[in-house]
Amino acid sequence: MTHFDAADAAVEAALGAGATYADARVMHRRYESMSARNGDVEDLTQRESAGIGVRALVGGSWGFFGVPDLDDAVARRAGVRAAEIAAASATVPNRRGGQGLIPSEPEVGTWASECLIDPLAVPLSEKGDLLTSATAEMRKQGADIAVGSYDIWDTRKWFVSSEGHRIDQHVRECGGAITSTVIGDGETQVRSYPSRRGQFGTRGWELVEEADLGAHAARIAEEARALTRAPQCPAGETTVIIGGEQLALQIHESVGHAIELDRILGWEAAYAGTSWLDLSQLGSLKFGSELMNIVIDPTYPGALGSFGWDDEGTRAHKRDAVRNGIWKGVLAGRESAAVAGLDYGGSVRADGWARLPMVRMTNVGLEPGPHTLEEMIAATDDGIYMDMNRSWSIDDRRLNFQFGCQIAYEIKNGKLGRMLKNPTYTGIGPRFWASMDMLSSDIVAWGTPNCGKGQPGQTGHTGHPSAPARFTNVRVGVRG
Amino acid sequence: MSDQAELELAARVLELARASAGPSADVDVSVNRVALALTRFANSYIHQNVADTTTEVQLRIHSEGRTASASSTLVGADALGEMVERTVAAAKASPADPGWPGLIGTTPVLPSHDIDEAIVDASPADRASRVRDYIEAVGDLTAAGYFRTRYWASAYANSAGQAVSGACTEAALDAIAKTAALSDGVARQASRRIADIDCAVHGARAAAKARAWDGAVEIEPGAYEVVLEPTAVADVVYCLGNFGFNGKLVNEHQSFLEFGTRQMDGSITLVDDGVSAFAAGLPFDTEGTPRRRLALVENGVSRDAAYDRRSAAEAGVASNGYAEAESAVFGMSPGNIRLEPSAGSAPTEVDGPASNSSVLELVAQVGRGLLVTDHFYTRCLDPRRVLMTGLTRNGTWLIENGEIVRPVKNMRFTQSYSESLGPGNVLGIGSDAIAIPYNYGTNSATAPALRLAAWNFTGGASG
Repeated sequence: MTHFDAADAAVEAALGAGATYADARVMHRRYESMSARNGDVEDLTQRESAGIGVRALVGGSWGFFGVPDLDDAVARRAGVRAAEIAAASATVPNRRGGQGLIPSEPEVGTWASECLIDPLAVPLSEKGDLLTSATAEMRKQGADIAVGSYDIWDTRKWFVSSEGHRIDQHVRECGGAITSTVIGDGETQVRSYPSRRGQFGTRGWELVEEADLGAHAARIAEEARALTRAPQCPAGETTVIIGGEQLALQIHESVGHAIELDRILGWEAAYAGTSWLDLSQLGSLKFGSELMNIVIDPTYPGALGSFGWDDEGTRAHKRDAVRNGIWKGVLAGRESAAVAGLDYGGSVRADGWARLPMVRMTNVGLEPGPHTLEEMIAATDDGIYMDMNRSWSIDDRRLNFQFGCQIAYEIKNGKLGRMLKNPTYTGIGPRFWASMDMLSSDIVAWGTPNCGKGQPGQTGHTGHPSAPARFTNVRVGVRG
Repeated sequence: MSDQAELELAARVLELARASAGPSADVDVSVNRVALALTRFANSYIHQNVADTTTEVQLRIHSEGRTASASSTLVGADALGEMVERTVAAAKASPADPGWPGLIGTTPVLPSHDIDEAIVDASPADRASRVRDYIEAVGDLTAAGYFRTRYWASAYANSAGQAVSGACTEAALDAIAKTAALSDGVARQASRRIADIDCAVHGARAAAKARAWDGAVEIEPGAYEVVLEPTAVADVVYCLGNFGFNGKLVNEHQSFLEFGTRQMDGSITLVDDGVSAFAAGLPFDTEGTPRRRLALVENGVSRDAAYDRRSAAEAGVASNGYAEAESAVFGMSPGNIRLEPSAGSAPTEVDGPASNSSVLELVAQVGRGLLVTDHFYTRCLDPRRVLMTGLTRNGTWLIENGEIVRPVKNMRFTQSYSESLGPGNVLGIGSDAIAIPYNYGTNSATAPALRLAAWNFTGGASG
């Protein structure tokens, strides 16, 4: 019996139990992570998870059931359970009518992410040596707490729908990071490389090798120590140049989540929140300055949110989210698109076989601008350059944000000056994006492997092509 | 329901692993079976309705100074055999682990709570019925949220002779009501018994809050005296647990804790107690260590933190049962933290925005301040002070001369949570502690309302 057979059996059983539509995903995921601290390994974990998740539509209402067993009889029972749950949903129905799906061609195909070096095949001793040597070096150079880690996901999926979809995919993702923490007088200072949680992508171990963690160990330890002696980031309103890693999270929080159609429709109102965006303004609303071009692109090679098809069988497709500062597109699924009267989905994914597919970011990021970081600094008489995320918070409509960064430098007369500690900046999304007056061409597709959403909670993997950019009249230096 | 099947599975995997790794290896096995069902609603209808039943086996092997751990949801004989062989091989190939703390020997644990069979047997129709009660109670407002049920059976066995098992049940409601003008109100409750959660009462309460928050105005940010309702206080004590009472962060000097020192107001007593009548928890952790009531702060004096075996060995103390799947990396969080309420009469329902009479008694003592229902998206700027930023949500009101005078738009705060409870800063504690559910796991925080001298609001709704 193949995994497609199990999925077929589940779909057939759901239809037999009264569903008008059903789909099933068999997923098999292997995960490996290692963490080292101060020169020693503190954790090595290998996880394996496999099962089937079935989604059924009955009377315009949905049900989902997941089970960690791929036996034919178990798969059939899962299909029946999904239909039973959907029938219960139908007792508290949408008074405006049932939810259908926008039309979809029955896709059949195979996709795999590019992987030059299988990360699970790299010897554990080699991976461990990388982390222990880098953390030992950070410790030697002044870090009180030196941590290094990597994460690897190897996921295979088989998707079948009652409309004729039949898709299998193999996605390999990995990434790693090092972090130095120094304990100061009533404070901690932190420096990380290549980003706060690490750089991640749909690539093999070559991604981690290219990052060359060991080569940056001494520098970030010295910077963390130096931050304890640095002056505070001043409070006030100023010009800010934000590095690409931090701007990636800014995109994630204030653009990516805001354009999720399920939030716009109120489906996340009680937990993650809604959105300040109103569908009646799609195509005309000014989201930011004319330099702001943001695309939704799950075809981006090697980025963490890339795939061949999403988890309801829609083929990956590049689409504008914001073009020349105007809001153009949303992250949607076939169900939310049907409710909103749109004609595209393609952004629905699930965190494993036991979780319902829902609207998630794929790769949401900037197209390159015309400047360089050096040009931006040279063009700034008085301002602050800050980078590398340390804290993040945004309101439930995705408007009012506050971010903290690990490090900042003052800019005076076109040159970088003193190092500053505890930099923060705060603002309102569209006002902030409207103030972007310079944007670098140096795009990096940063990966975010910890995007939380949904109830039960799901962790999503998203990508954010980003580059340094300059913003004017930004409030900085908020402290408690 | 019984946890015997989980214990037998743990014993079977332990035997396989010992046969493969050899008699000198330290081996431990944890088995968890979770049946989760969550009925989610938005725009006043059920839009997502899910269930799954998952058994996961976790295995650790420490052999010849090296450690590896693994887990799998595949529990067939072949799959378990493969997991054991992979883990043995990983332990041989991994770098040395000089901090291995060893295994716990045979140690008794407290009995589990009584299982609520009504939770175990709850059907999709039962959950839909409770959702309907909530939606009907909010009347012409829009309802969104979830009702969930969960059964959790767990077993632990190791090569040092420890073998324990237990089970627990939890039901939870987390929901809002929203007016056409987009003001909203919230209701949350977790319990070990499904009958404790009256969805109609919660729906009426959330709707009253939403209506009372309509027409909110923006006020100047700054330091305000506050009354935090239990939904907001749950966030405060949760974050204190994560960043302050986390044994790993204590060892690393990233926590504010100084044991034996009066760091909080004398009225504050904080405990973690997954085995109390308030919370759904198991009487042991993923290392088989027994859990009991843990006093974190007594009358303002810092007493203890949460440790697993590794962090406890580093600190020179005994583990108190806070190992979790990723605690070696992220540290230990008190999963059932409780701020003790003040002595007082049982609260009654009241009209208007306050969630009950206990909250209203605190409001009556405030000259000028804010009543805050809930916190949202709180994140840590620096663990050393538990310095957090976040926003108010689901209803905030201005208080003048002991009266709630007008609704206020959401505000951003940047505030040290540990300092907010410092000596002299706690002006009143409510008499009614409510268990607030978390989104992940079976954890919850149980908290009464608090009246605090100052809360640092650093931004208004417009920035």
